[in-house]
Amino acid sequence: MIINHPILGPRDAAEFTYLGDVSLLNRPDWQAIDAAEQFYEYQYLRENPAGEHRELWYHEQGDRSWLVVTRNTLTHAISKVEMASDAARARGNGK
Amino acid sequence: MTQINRLTGGLIDHSKPLNFSFDGKSYQGYAGDTLASALLANGVRLMGRSFKYHRPRGPLTAGSEEPNAIVELRTGARQEPNTRATTAELFDELIATSQNRWPSLQFDAMAINDRFSNFLTAGFYYKTFMWPAAFWEKVYEPIIRKAAGLGSLSMQDDPDAYDKGFLHCDLLIIGAGPAGLASALTAGRAGANVILADEDYACGGRLNAETFTLDDTDASVWIAATLAELASLPNVRVMTRTTVIGAFDHGIYGAVERVSDHLAIPAPDKPRQILWRIYTKRTVLCAGAIERPIAFENNDRPGIMLASAIRSYANRWAATPAREVAIFTNNDDGHRTAADLTAKGVAISAIIDTRANAPGSTQVEVLAGAQVVNSLGRLGVKQLTVQLADGSMRHVHCEALGVSGGWNPNVHISSHQRGRPEWNTKIAAFIPGKNGPDGLSAAGAAMGVFSTAGALESGMNSTISALQDIGISTKPIKLPKAEDVPVNLQPFWHVKAGKGRAWLDQQNDVTVKDVKLAHRENFRAVEHLKRYTTLGMATDQGKTSNMGGLAIMAELAGKSIPEVGTTIFRPPYTPVAMGALGGRAVGKNFHPTRKTPSHKWAEEQGAVFVEVGNWLRAQWFPKAGETHWRQSVDREVIATRKSVGICDVTTLGKIDVQGADAATYLNRIYCNGFAKLAVGKTRYGLMLREDGIVMDDGTAARLAEGHFVVTTTTANAVSVYRHMEFCRQCLWPDLDVQLISTTESWAQYAVAGPNARKLLQKIVDPEFDISNEAFPFMGCGAITICGGLRARLFRISFSGELAFEIAVPTRYGDALMRRMMDAGKEFDVVPYGTEALGVMRIEKGHATGNELNGTATALNLGMGRMVSKAKDSIGSTLSERTGLNEPDALMQVGLKPVDPSEPVVAGSHLMNKTGDVNAKTDQGYITSAAYSPTLGSSIGLGFLKDGGNRKGEIIRAVNPLKNQEVLLEVVSMHFFDPEGERLRA
Repeated sequence: MIINHPILGPRDAAEFTYLGDVSLLNRPDWQAIDAAEQFYEYQYLRENPAGEHRELWYHEQGDRSWLVVTRNTLTHAISKVEMASDAARARGNGK
Repeated sequence: MTQINRLTGGLIDHSKPLNFSFDGKSYQGYAGDTLASALLANGVRLMGRSFKYHRPRGPLTAGSEEPNAIVELRTGARQEPNTRATTAELFDELIATSQNRWPSLQFDAMAINDRFSNFLTAGFYYKTFMWPAAFWEKVYEPIIRKAAGLGSLSMQDDPDAYDKGFLHCDLLIIGAGPAGLASALTAGRAGANVILADEDYACGGRLNAETFTLDDTDASVWIAATLAELASLPNVRVMTRTTVIGAFDHGIYGAVERVSDHLAIPAPDKPRQILWRIYTKRTVLCAGAIERPIAFENNDRPGIMLASAIRSYANRWAATPAREVAIFTNNDDGHRTAADLTAKGVAISAIIDTRANAPGSTQVEVLAGAQVVNSLGRLGVKQLTVQLADGSMRHVHCEALGVSGGWNPNVHISSHQRGRPEWNTKIAAFIPGKNGPDGLSAAGAAMGVFSTAGALESGMNSTISALQDIGISTKPIKLPKAEDVPVNLQPFWHVKAGKGRAWLDQQNDVTVKDVKLAHRENFRAVEHLKRYTTLGMATDQGKTSNMGGLAIMAELAGKSIPEVGTTIFRPPYTPVAMGALGGRAVGKNFHPTRKTPSHKWAEEQGAVFVEVGNWLRAQWFPKAGETHWRQSVDREVIATRKSVGICDVTTLGKIDVQGADAATYLNRIYCNGFAKLAVGKTRYGLMLREDGIVMDDGTAARLAEGHFVVTTTTANAVSVYRHMEFCRQCLWPDLDVQLISTTESWAQYAVAGPNARKLLQKIVDPEFDISNEAFPFMGCGAITICGGLRARLFRISFSGELAFEIAVPTRYGDALMRRMMDAGKEFDVVPYGTEALGVMRIEKGHATGNELNGTATALNLGMGRMVSKAKDSIGSTLSERTGLNEPDALMQVGLKPVDPSEPVVAGSHLMNKTGDVNAKTDQGYITSAAYSPTLGSSIGLGFLKDGGNRKGEIIRAVNPLKNQEVLLEVVSMHFFDPEGERLRA
């Protein structure tokens, strides 16, 4: 597979480490009343779509960027690659 | 021996004879021969025994699709099993041996299997070896193992090198036949970056095996001119002896180039093979087509071959399997073989054509509407039984039979991404479907375009449209005039007459009967049929047999072939040597070795090293007269505790954390508090995974307001860094904090023992006060040593002694080690290795990888209260889950044998003093154990249920592997100096 790194251009997937579903960006608020339940879901529950999947890849053999890759799990076609930090900010992760 | 079946002409060099041997007998062939063509030329038809029934077999084909002629090549360390004689290029003094027979190819004792064939039909494994269950491991499996398998291994290291390479191109062309050459010429002239790969050693594909003309001259003239032009184009790379083995994601193709397989020994500094990874924008599959046989009783005798293969041997290799050949066909192409053989002076006894309207011939007898129903001949065909159109029987004499059931486009690679081939009625075969790999199109015979003119044009046109897709404009080229004969075929899959076995898959010994049996037993879906009968599951993936099986299943099910469907192919196209997949990553090169800066110094001291991940660490430093490792380790521990010892701790992970929010960040990474750590102080940090399990531990030293140095364990340096980057970039992207791994930038040494300070005072520049008052326990700071060299000093202790860790830039590590050993002479300083380090940390009850084993929580480690509830940190919430906080949760404890002479063995399970020993009564397990020279006893650390409340209890350590039971006392894990007075001294 080839991942089109937003900064570095197309790179072989062998340079990357896979983590998993992008929902790992949605770390719950530890002070929420149902924090235990939310963290349980955050840690263990994942969609397993047959089709488009947004997922986290780490450019370990490269610039050490975390990326959000949109990959079709049926065809491995990659339709979008973003910096994970941008995706994190876009969903409200900040300080 | 003379080459009795050698013909004239061909593409071999009759002036270059080569000697070779097969099964110990010497023969001669010519440069350009394959092993198979040379053996046929020498009158040898029998080349192997079949896998299951040990039937005598000869080559069926003249290419890589060969199921039968599988042999062992070479001797000694280069001995190579399971090689197809049909693709093995002959070289001088080649030694080849047949396989899967005993005692000889002519007389094989295992051929007895053939007599028991009724018991060895499809599914016989599942039916026969069911019971008694105990027989499987001891009786059945060894017998099957001995009977199965083909070649043997040399059991020696492969002396040759294998490489891996990477290539990029606009257009990859798979196959250099007429379609591939037309494609390469079109793309090459357009200036596209082109790779043309062919598994053969000669380009030309089928043209090399035919007598076709191009522009009214011999096809070889056009091939030569085309190759010359391609060679002149810097943008075209022609790769022969290169098999494209698979289509992978995003236009990546794998290919194996057999650089030296055709040589006895690779040229100096040349690899045997190269595994290429080819990155393509577009690909044209020009892999041609493979002829398919027609099944009939005893159709597997040596001499019975594909008609096109016999034609290839005659035209290209000037060899024939026999002087008298018959043809069995259902299409016009079979007649071509008869005509070509006749032209070469080989007699044709008859053409048996299944079609009532078969074309006639003035030269040979054509039996229209006839079928071959059986063959005779012990180790090779001698006679055929033919059923004529009127139903009468006739015998036809021949020593070889060419069978043609039509051609199957070579769709293999088009289905590597699960693309389904499509049925084409005109040629009664599957062609590549529309859902093949992105960017791949097929042309020529691979697309079902069987005439030469059609192939040339289709190669050109596919290329023009492929290049257009990627913005390269291409002009049509002038193609040579070529034959354009239409396909004229009447599907005919198998002869129904005859009670005996008719073979479909000769490599796996699957017969028409097996398919019928599968149908009767309701294994009717193509995927079931394949697995139940093993049809197409041999290394040839059924290239010559799948279609026959599908057609028969369709017939039995009363369906059409496209309704029944087809199984698909998977990489690799042909078998790939493990050596090629391994490349240079063999032996010590399998993973890199990392050495610390003082490695050479340690070697000089005679250190014994241990692999820790990729690192080599000194395990202990034996001294003269020490005969057992324990003597060395005990001495190192005692000397360190008595005066001073030095240990290389460079391998620990080091991460530099900088930024205004560095403290905030670390406060969330570690479960214990870091926000208020003062500048100049170090703190032990425990890092949890989000699920509440301990990830790693280490220290973080605050060198400045916005600057920390974090250490990790050696093993987790990479994964902790990855995790920390995840938290920084994905969870808190706006924190002002930056990370970098500095593991390799600093050499670091632990200096431990009552005289550690005195030793370091001789090293550290005098303006830095490292007295207990000025530089207390857990202090840290940037200093200079040896007259101005920048260094970092941390007063931390893993050994439990007064200890420092001192770090210098890597290039000074070796010099610092030597300087410290010199300065320490007056204190009898010793270097100590990882074993002594381990003993001392167990004596102190410090956890390491054995305890941080991926299941342990902070609570289990006795550090439950470290998890701060006043802040958010990774893992803090989920560490509170009930299941991780049961009253009888495992707790780390110290363990001491009641009888000090008894050992404590890591991995032993803990059981109550009395009662049953089983999983239900299990009380925990021992994680670490060592002999403590300080205490004069074995000691251990372990996880024990409710361990915090069981001090003083006597329990049992059981080790069922060694039948050991030892009584242990549960004690504090702080065996030595529990108050920590020494480290604060």
